[in-house]
Amino acid sequence: MLTKLTGGIVYDPANKVNGKKKDIYIKDGKIVTKPRNVEPDKEYNITGKVVMAGAIDLHTHIGGGKGNIARMLMPENHRIDAVAHTDIKRAGTGHAMPSTFVTGYRYAEMGYTAAFEPAVLPINARQAHMEMGDVPMLDKGGYVMLGSDDYFLRMMTAKKDQQAINDYVAWTLRAAQGVGIKVVNPGGISAFKFNQRQLDLDEKNSHYNVTPRDILKSLATAVKELGIKHPLHVHGSNLGVPGNIQTTLDSIAGVDGLPMHLTHVQFHSYGTEGDFKFSSGAAQIAESINKNKNMSVDVGQIMFGQTITASGDNQRQYANHQFSNPNKWVCMDIECDAGCGLVPFKYRDQNFVNALQWAIGLEIFLLVKDPWRIFLTTDHPNGAPFSSYPHLIRLLMDKSFRNDMLATIHPEAQKMSTLGSIDREYSMQEIAILTRAGAAKITGLVGRGSLGKDSWADITVYTENENREKMFEKPDYVFKDGELVVKDGEVVKTVWGTTHVVRPEYDKSVEKDLKKYFDKYMTMKMGNFAISDDEITEDGRGSITVHPTVGEKV
Amino acid sequence: MTKITEVPSPFCGIGTDDLTIQVDGLSIKVAENGCAVNTPAFEQAITDTAPRVDGKEVSLQHAINRAAKILKAANQPVIGGCATDVNGMRALMALADRNGAVVDNMNFTGAKRNFLAMQDSGWMNTTLAEIKNRCDLFIVFGCDLEAFSPRFYERYLWNKESMFMDDTSAREVIYIGKAPSGDASTSPNKTKAQVLECADTDLPEVTSVLKALIKGNPVFAEQVAGIAIADLQEIADKLKAATYGVVTWAAGALDFSQAELTVQTICELVKDVNASGVRCSGFPLGGKEGDQTANQVCGWQTGYPARMRFSSDIPEYDPFLYDINAMFANGEADAFLWVQSFNSSAVPPHGGKIPTIVVARSGMVFEEEPDIFIPVGTPGIDHSGHAYRLDNVVAIRLKKLRDSGLPSTAEVLTAIEQALVI
Repeated sequence: MLTKLTGGIVYDPANKVNGKKKDIYIKDGKIVTKPRNVEPDKEYNITGKVVMAGAIDLHTHIGGGKGNIARMLMPENHRIDAVAHTDIKRAGTGHAMPSTFVTGYRYAEMGYTAAFEPAVLPINARQAHMEMGDVPMLDKGGYVMLGSDDYFLRMMTAKKDQQAINDYVAWTLRAAQGVGIKVVNPGGISAFKFNQRQLDLDEKNSHYNVTPRDILKSLATAVKELGIKHPLHVHGSNLGVPGNIQTTLDSIAGVDGLPMHLTHVQFHSYGTEGDFKFSSGAAQIAESINKNKNMSVDVGQIMFGQTITASGDNQRQYANHQFSNPNKWVCMDIECDAGCGLVPFKYRDQNFVNALQWAIGLEIFLLVKDPWRIFLTTDHPNGAPFSSYPHLIRLLMDKSFRNDMLATIHPEAQKMSTLGSIDREYSMQEIAILTRAGAAKITGLVGRGSLGKDSWADITVYTENENREKMFEKPDYVFKDGELVVKDGEVVKTVWGTTHVVRPEYDKSVEKDLKKYFDKYMTMKMGNFAISDDEITEDGRGSITVHPTVGEKV
Repeated sequence: MTKITEVPSPFCGIGTDDLTIQVDGLSIKVAENGCAVNTPAFEQAITDTAPRVDGKEVSLQHAINRAAKILKAANQPVIGGCATDVNGMRALMALADRNGAVVDNMNFTGAKRNFLAMQDSGWMNTTLAEIKNRCDLFIVFGCDLEAFSPRFYERYLWNKESMFMDDTSAREVIYIGKAPSGDASTSPNKTKAQVLECADTDLPEVTSVLKALIKGNPVFAEQVAGIAIADLQEIADKLKAATYGVVTWAAGALDFSQAELTVQTICELVKDVNASGVRCSGFPLGGKEGDQTANQVCGWQTGYPARMRFSSDIPEYDPFLYDINAMFANGEADAFLWVQSFNSSAVPPHGGKIPTIVVARSGMVFEEEPDIFIPVGTPGIDHSGHAYRLDNVVAIRLKKLRDSGLPSTAEVLTAIEQALVI
């Protein structure tokens, strides 16, 4: 079957197409060049409408144990946003942490076709994949969390060589079926189990004698040497602590130019100036990112309203429970592997700190120059639910709207922010880079985030509207792997995306020590730990797509 | 005869996965590492293989069509038991969603004590491997742990080696409430657990006083429920002196009115110990009959744990109203589906004179034959699957051990769901 999208204005930065009128042809789920002498079976006249690849969220907590605790913790937050079933859609609930089905539908209805869970604990990876297996409409994948797991820390203390570390990282990545490696508060989750309530970049884990800096370096090196395309995904030390801008700058310096992705960097860009001893570090962080080409960031923008923060960083979440609103929170130590913390937050525009957090996120967006190295996230649900993305896009693309909003927040925060003096407005092409081409590139996806020949036909069509929030919240059409799945902002067909993984080679003898470790110290056998492919595919809906490592042929 | 090693068990809740099993045709023997819970559960023979309608053997398709007809005609169908693997629960949820049914896990009346406490104030908890490697003080509230889980102590406290303790036999075990029924809690160096015995119904008072002592609040009484305040003070001091104290309870065993408040007191005293500058964690015991699995799947698919309904086309949660036993007593249900893939002795409660469909493990014996009985395979024996362990973090991959030809719960429930739309 040949499908033709006729007359759209195409923004396809992956192929350097910037707002050009162009027809698109789809055959067998992929984009093809115009076939000769073949009439399309189906044609969509989209003259003058904006066409982009399907959007990709590279950091959103959509699957895994902590997310499910977040759901269960807040029944009152679901009651206000119940979603009825239809003939083609399952019932579910929104709001801050939606049910899996609603997550898939709502992402698709905003034009998204892929989302990545950034905190897959190896021991909980099975759950992450099962939850994502119940997220319809989207491709998915996960970054596997290391750095506070006791096996790795024991290797660090024993000064195992980098090759041994690399083998362990690759083995874990394979066992947990991930597409990248994440580190959360390096060593800090472990330190909390030894009753260290904080851990600076150069402070030693009291048991292992290892610093966060050592861990960052070791894992970033492993990711580079294994050829994993997504740089080490870093949730840094000291999240949320005033003055943590210095930690963040030192972390950047600490990896000596190795590729590193700093996630939800807004939460790590705080100074201590001013009457409230809380200030914006956006200019410094942006300057550093602009200078260090090995770096990329996603912002973790906050939005005002009720949400819940869900993080692997139980050390910082424990410290932040004092801000819990409503006052109920969960912390867990998990399986000598990691931890998690769930703290409900209500960000308020008349609260000085919250207001400035909002401004800091936007400052970072506008001051980082290279759109290929910055990504649009709210760290769903931590800064805000993902459903606020269209509003965020409007804030980036519309200066006068942004300044109107700025005028409504806490007056002292307005004074402390440079936001009002920044003129930059994101272009359509830049939005397409942040949410499509750039996100696919940095996640190492082949054939996604692009409208070029042979790309999978994940396509979103919008009606041009000066109100960018209205425009981006309701696409006219979304195609997933060539099938029409959303029309006029409503799901018209339920489909199931693939699970993206990457599988660097490793020396199988790594299992000799691991088996002993599992038998002695763990609560499950090593053989029962690894996730087999059929666990993801046996329901008949799931599939696995293996992406190449650096230098590997497709 | 085949021998299968490293077999995980969905029956004991603690995710034992070191069983060695001998399979000879349909017969199964636990050759190594069995226990009083797992061995009979694995070894139980298959008796029923054919579905029955009105007591007569019928084809599977016939039974499925009849079940769909009953559910379709009902105004308020209810699904109880919900004791199955992840795929079984997924299929159950899809059926309930389409049918507008109530979903009520059979252990929810116990589990609700945890959910009410958690949804009101939260908790700080830990998991099995942390206990195995870190715990130096273990306090059990109101539960006979070894009866609940015979191998718990052997696997998670008296393990020979641990990463952070030189001598695991130096671990201290304290019972408050029920005394242990055996010696599993006695350490390898022969130290018996300390027991501060009281009735279950005294636990609200005893835990409240312990919490007050941890906070340093003055307590003027000299004893509470027969326990000397000085003894409780000693426990408070031990918790604050421990390296990694763990406090455990089984919500199902706290069978008295408003026990959720006692769960909350326990969870809050754990927080108080942490606030005093020392690490301490809670550890709720559960995980049997697939209860964590039901709550997890229901949780991610609807946002709510497994006592909810789809009657108004949306998911609605209420830990009291959608208790199927209460609904039966009030005449609020007019069709009843009982799903129990693990335990053939867990027969359905009496639903009154309403049509009853049972999808359950082969071998279930009924006092009163249900309208429809469909025997299904057991996850982890007759088909592969996933089940959650009691600590709610680890999902174990269940293995298929034999080829019995029995359908899985997921297959049967999906077929019923599909028959609803015909």
